[in-house]
Amino acid sequence: MTTTLQQPRSGSELGTERLLGIYRKMAAIRAFEERVNQLYTRALMPGLAHLYSGEEAVAVGICEALTREDYITSTHRGHGHCLAKGAAADRMFAELLGKVDGYCRGKGGSMHIADPTTGNLGANAIVGGSLGIATGAAFSAKHLGNGRVAVSFFGEGALGQGVLYEVMNLAQLWKLPVIYVCENNMYNEYTHFSETTAGDIVMRAAAFGLPAESVDGQDVLAVHATAQRLVDRARKGEGPSFLMCNTYRYTGHHVGDISREYYRSKQEEQTWKGERDPILNFAAWLQRERVADMAALQKIESELEVEMDAAVQFAIAAPYPGVDEVEQHIYAGE
Amino acid sequence: MPASSTGATRELTYAQAVNEALAEEMRRDPTVCIFGEDVAEAGTPFKVLSGLVAEFGKERVIDTPISEAGFTGVGVGAAMTGLRPVVDIMFGDFITLTMDQMVNQAAKVHYMSGGKWKVPMVMRTTLGATRRSAAQHSQSLHAWFSHVPGLKVALPSTPYDVKGLLKSAIRDDNPVIIFEDKMMYKLKGPVPAEDYVVPLGVADVKRLGDDISLIATSSMVQVALEAAVLLAEIDISAEVVDPRTTWPLDEKTLIESVKKTSRAIVLDEGYERYGVTAEIAAVVASGAFYDLDAPVRRMGAMHVPIPFSPPLEDVTVPTAQTVFEAARAMVKRG
Repeated sequence: MTTTLQQPRSGSELGTERLLGIYRKMAAIRAFEERVNQLYTRALMPGLAHLYSGEEAVAVGICEALTREDYITSTHRGHGHCLAKGAAADRMFAELLGKVDGYCRGKGGSMHIADPTTGNLGANAIVGGSLGIATGAAFSAKHLGNGRVAVSFFGEGALGQGVLYEVMNLAQLWKLPVIYVCENNMYNEYTHFSETTAGDIVMRAAAFGLPAESVDGQDVLAVHATAQRLVDRARKGEGPSFLMCNTYRYTGHHVGDISREYYRSKQEEQTWKGERDPILNFAAWLQRERVADMAALQKIESELEVEMDAAVQFAIAAPYPGVDEVEQHIYAGE
Repeated sequence: MPASSTGATRELTYAQAVNEALAEEMRRDPTVCIFGEDVAEAGTPFKVLSGLVAEFGKERVIDTPISEAGFTGVGVGAAMTGLRPVVDIMFGDFITLTMDQMVNQAAKVHYMSGGKWKVPMVMRTTLGATRRSAAQHSQSLHAWFSHVPGLKVALPSTPYDVKGLLKSAIRDDNPVIIFEDKMMYKLKGPVPAEDYVVPLGVADVKRLGDDISLIATSSMVQVALEAAVLLAEIDISAEVVDPRTTWPLDEKTLIESVKKTSRAIVLDEGYERYGVTAEIAAVVASGAFYDLDAPVRRMGAMHVPIPFSPPLEDVTVPTAQTVFEAARAMVKRG
């Protein structure tokens, strides 16, 4: 197995339990998305499915640096963020199927999972739509002095949205504890980002005075180490930052996007999957560093298979909301 | 500016009533804060917020960059996470810049999350023509927000109403937009010194009458009251009813008035086409159908961009004279 892990490791300081926890979370996201793909192709899941497979190291590396009370905002490709922040797979599957036991009673669906108990302010189907919300959560955290930080996940497609630059300016002026995490999977839907993005991405944030850097988004320990540094400074009151995670989306824009050679080659996909897979590479590292052997990792994967199958069954068995719910929750307090 | 509480009713201007509502709510609830352009020392171009920063400090009366989308989004996120922001949009025309934050985010967060997150946020902005401000500073665009489930919209027409509605809006757990007629800031009226609120969704009969209902909002309430005086001189008794909020809408009070008088003109400074007058006319036409003696008439802004030249601008909105003539023609008296 080839590996692209190159940087000096700080990850071994995390200890066996946390390292295996990181592995488990990444593997859980992959297993979750494989089942989403199955549910969708079996026509059990309505709507659209945007899979996170290939990008697991970003969500897990970042969320591992956060507390349960810290805030995140997520995207249309958000299952990984929600799981990494602590959401339960069974209630997520239920939401994806529009069932009443879902996180949003089936009213949000795949693109709108929200969960106050894990600080998840919600996934957002408007590209860049939650940048203001995350910045506002950071404003509250600072104003109320509760020590929380906020992370806004967004894809490189959101670099085209003006509101990003408005809120980075505000956050830097007010020294808000927010980290803007750009997941650069290289494709704005069906268009390579080089066709939509002028100049240097990181320099855009640096121009506002934000500490801005990029990291190998396939290397979970590198993502985590960088995120921990940025989260720590935010928590200390030193203000916002920008982190670009270079990553890759294994599947199409959504599950139905199958014929995609007009925008990227199969060769490119195979190279990323074969050489830069964040889970395989981390598994290799864990074994090389003697944190775990193959059997231990396979045990985790077998446990996840059982857990995810049970979660799917829970969702399939769950009831739909009653039609009388359609007019509930339009307004709070009614 | 704020008068001390004596239990008495004082004469305040509309602007003073806004100021007093904000000051009282900020004293009552430390989570209330104000965001906007030139809200602090400048107290807005209309000087409505004068003195608030001196009492509450720059931590709670916060000058923002000219980034309506950005700071409105911050307001949404702050509202979700423990604050009660009052977002100040200097001119109602600029709500165009906040549309994603209000329509796709603020309005939908509660519903999409299955009732988990709330957005207790207020947006204060203006409406109204005849200030010689031309097409981008004179529009009355409240119909747009009234169209969207999840938002509430208030259109206070007196100092008493603006204070009571603004206090209700701040205490409400939902996004509420208050449109203030900028021509009305100097209007004086009685305002009690003690704490009171005007509930959202309760219409007010501003003048009792028997022959025709003038259902009027915001700036058009004063126009309707003036027209009622002219009509009284020719022995036509006009009732003036102010819905005070377009959503929630007090359909019952409006329908009862029209059932009693059997005729109605609906007045609103927004565009007539697809606007507030159309909605209210439909409500009373179906609710009072068997009592109507004439088709419900609508009077709103002409379907033109507001022109600068005074003689042109003046004909774009209803006046006491045009309302008087329309009512006289409907009642066929005098």
